[in-house]
Amino acid sequence: MGIYTDLFMTFSKIGSFTLGGGYAMVPVMEKEIVDKKQWLTQEEFVDILVVAQSTPGLFAIDMASHIGFKYKGVLGGIVGALGVAVPSIIIILLIALIFQSFKDNIYVEKFFMGIRPCVVALILSPCFRMAKTAKINIYNCWIPLVCAALISLFGVSPIWCIIIAGVAGYIYGHYLVQKQ
Amino acid sequence: MIFLQLFITFSKIGIFNFGGGYAMISLIQDEVVNKHHWLTTTEFTDIIAISQSTPGPIGINAATYTGYTAVINAGYPEWAAVLSAIMTSLSILWLPFILMISISKILIRHKDSIVVHSIFGLLRPTVLGLILAAAIMLMSVENFGSPTKSTFVFIVSCTIFLLSFIGTRIYKIHPIIMILLCGLAGLIIY
Repeated sequence: MGIYTDLFMTFSKIGSFTLGGGYAMVPVMEKEIVDKKQWLTQEEFVDILVVAQSTPGLFAIDMASHIGFKYKGVLGGIVGALGVAVPSIIIILLIALIFQSFKDNIYVEKFFMGIRPCVVALILSPCFRMAKTAKINIYNCWIPLVCAALISLFGVSPIWCIIIAGVAGYIYGHYLVQKQ
Repeated sequence: MIFLQLFITFSKIGIFNFGGGYAMISLIQDEVVNKHHWLTTTEFTDIIAISQSTPGPIGINAATYTGYTAVINAGYPEWAAVLSAIMTSLSILWLPFILMISISKILIRHKDSIVVHSIFGLLRPTVLGLILAAAIMLMSVENFGSPTKSTFVFIVSCTIFLLSFIGTRIYKIHPIIMILLCGLAGLIIY
């Protein structure tokens, strides 16, 4: 099996069997890439984890493309990213094509009427765990609240919130460095 | 030209997407539902439900499905929608990829610097705000029913919402099981 086929197959296996995306994939990837295939050392893997967490884009895709890139250059990176993405795209397309002919069915509509409030709860539910990772305390709890209010009540684009937070963080950090 | 607009929109969503799939829901919603009106709120909510219950990253799933539905809604045939779905999912990948391979060395060198810590110290709470906003905007009349016009649907929806929240948060029920249970509840009650 060629190296690129191996890369593609490895990541498509990880991509298509991990439900819930993102962080659920880390231990699976580590086992596969570091222990089994030995494409990277433990240290390289952790470095990539840091970069994937701090660059934009989907975490799983960032991980896959960076591992592929580190192992086999730009083409390796592209193959890795596609490995994760392609099974998802195919599965969703199949569902979309099937669902298209059922979506006006009365039972399907009833089923989804039950699901919709649940989806909102599922989005809200990990926020509490995330609040811990984001180190939310009484001094910075205004940030998510103001940001949520700006977006949902005043129609401010979430992109602006990201830009402002990034720039403000940079200026603040720069100022701290100079002070030291 | 909806194909070009989808490409630009999702490239933008890709590069501003910090903090994973859930944060991306807020970005997609703002662009696709609020700004361009390619999808209705209910269509978008259904897409998230399906993206959560199928394997693979939620962000990719949602992008693929959005690309498909937006083009179908604009009146194009199915084959055009399939092409658009593939293009939309690839649109979110390419800019972060270029950025990552160009700055990864610098980032690894500076990962413990004050500036990087300060940027992410602010970005993380902001991303949390994005996800809160997505949840608030989905608590709409379309998804929950109206307290005055469709009181029964509204009461059932609020109950499902509370039970799902308690179920996943306290009893750690898997999201996919929760979705299925709520769908069954919908079939039985309505």
